[in-house]
Amino acid sequence: MTRFIDLTLNGISNGAIYAAVALAFVLIWRATRVVNFAAGGMLMITTFVASSVISSSGSYWLGFFVALAAGLLLGAVVERLLIRRVEGGPPLNAVIVTIGLLILFEAIAGMIWSNTPRSFPPAFSIKGYTVGSHTYLFGPFDVFTVLAVVGMATALLVLFRLTDLGLMMRASAFEPVVARLQGVRVGNMLTLGWALASMAGSLAGLLIGPQVFVGPNNFDPVAIFGFTAAVLGGLDSPLGALVGGLILGLSLSYVSGYAGASLVTLAALAILVAVLMVRPSGLFTSARARRI
Amino acid sequence: MSTRMQTPTQPAATELARPPEAGRKRRAVRLPEQTLARNVLITAVLALILFALSENFDPFTNLRLATVAYYFTALAGLTVLTGLNGQISLGHGALMAVGAYSTAILVGRSGLPLAAALAASAAITALVGVAVGAAASRLRGPYLAGATLAFAIGLPGLADKYPSAFGGENGLTVSPPTPPTSLGANFPLERWQAWISCACALIVFLVLANLLRSGVGRSFRAVRDDEVAAQLAGLNVARVQVLAFVVSSACAGLAGGALVVTTQLAAPGAFQLSLSLALLTGIVLGGLGSLTGALWGALALVYLPQWSDDIAHDFSLSTNVQSNLPLALYGIVLIVVIVAAPQGIQGALHGIVRRSRARLRKNPATQEGA
Repeated sequence: MTRFIDLTLNGISNGAIYAAVALAFVLIWRATRVVNFAAGGMLMITTFVASSVISSSGSYWLGFFVALAAGLLLGAVVERLLIRRVEGGPPLNAVIVTIGLLILFEAIAGMIWSNTPRSFPPAFSIKGYTVGSHTYLFGPFDVFTVLAVVGMATALLVLFRLTDLGLMMRASAFEPVVARLQGVRVGNMLTLGWALASMAGSLAGLLIGPQVFVGPNNFDPVAIFGFTAAVLGGLDSPLGALVGGLILGLSLSYVSGYAGASLVTLAALAILVAVLMVRPSGLFTSARARRI
Repeated sequence: MSTRMQTPTQPAATELARPPEAGRKRRAVRLPEQTLARNVLITAVLALILFALSENFDPFTNLRLATVAYYFTALAGLTVLTGLNGQISLGHGALMAVGAYSTAILVGRSGLPLAAALAASAAITALVGVAVGAAASRLRGPYLAGATLAFAIGLPGLADKYPSAFGGENGLTVSPPTPPTSLGANFPLERWQAWISCACALIVFLVLANLLRSGVGRSFRAVRDDEVAAQLAGLNVARVQVLAFVVSSACAGLAGGALVVTTQLAAPGAFQLSLSLALLTGIVLGGLGSLTGALWGALALVYLPQWSDDIAHDFSLSTNVQSNLPLALYGIVLIVVIVAAPQGIQGALHGIVRRSRARLRKNPATQEGA
């Protein structure tokens, strides 16, 4: 029983991280209809930035917030400089540009910080809480992980639902022409969407960093599982991203704990196919006629 | 090599039948009008060119040729699926793995003759393609991308799970193919490997070039362009999509088999997600939906990393920069080509040819002067 609880808690904490990455995919998909394959590279860069700031200043929190700011900036720059040129073109071209960007980011990180992965500090102790005689696989840092992701998701929800800015962003995503006629600077809203998505990704990088270490390729699995979670939940739905992340985190934790780590990727495939066969557009996409 | 191969392939490989233009009449060589006859002729000419090239290449370059050929085999299949039928696949690397492991097992364990093993590998991969295609026909756009991506990362896990059957991390090694004795005792192995791989590529080229001009090819395009209209015209959309996936999978399986013939190894390391991404990159870079584009893509996939490696070695740089520069150049080239030439290399070449022809037609005097 304690093992089940351990796996569940571990699944929740990993699921929260997948959810943050999934949110990065969903925000970008909603804003610009692009699947951003560079997401893993972008959060890798910002985590490296955090690592450098932490080791030179000695302050974890300075590095933490610098990384989030770097995420905002990086997302905006990428959208303005590159994605703007391929938006509205053949959809595959945007995909290839983001793949090129991923390769470029991984090379740049290797040039600056070398290909050897380095450790990354957690914000709080990763030592599990002890109840009775059992030390659970869930400690203060896991609590922080879940709270940080929930906090960010809530902040984004408030932004989208309750502020004028959020309304303008939603309008730009769904009815760009009408939004422009109403005086919304659609281009700026899309840039902001990318910036926020990239910030969500950089939060995920900071949270998974202590687990996977920081190296040019170390965040690829997180990015892949994050994308899987986004597809699972439905790429149009931020709520779907959270639920998808949680489902994936829990099921992968159970599979890895009870059946062996080598089956994790196969399990992800099985879960995704099972869900998509029943709901071809993910769990939380409202049924809508396919656009032709 | 590239300039020689460009002329004969171009008319057959361009996606749409172009109306006969005035400029065409000036051409010295007139190709037959009948599709099959023309494609057989083009394939024969290509075979002769490849034969002549392989006779003159050193062993290293012949292995390169074999690599280009199996990449072309896979890319041609993928460009039919993605470019002509509109289905994205991030799982073709895994399908190549199916073909590669099939060939390795059939040749290494069952001792099947190579040709039969390659044909069987294509058939086995086509069967897998039926399953993947049936699932894929329900999915669109990014959801299809996500499912095939999960397929690409999930399938290599089987090699780890069943090490006795698939050799685990180390994979399965295969003894090199033996050239027939009729070719002489000293026939170089690399040339034989290049021949096998090129034969696979030519077969796939011939089959696909005919398929694209047939009713099947038209149904592929109809489904891509407008599913509802295709359905109204009496096509079973799901069945057409599954068929496209099967054709494409068979090509990927054959390519995987040719890969094993070339590298003598089927191991999970060769079929990571990066292979699937590289294949997708290759078809878009070369020019989506055209077989000639698949050739440019295959050349780019083989020579671009090589070229960026060479450039990186020309500079004396710190180790970190040196070891990552090829990767950086590769990423930059990808981005620049796609931003500068959205239709890929084939599209850009096509544009250049069309513009210069239009210029010639506008003032013929320059042509006579030149």
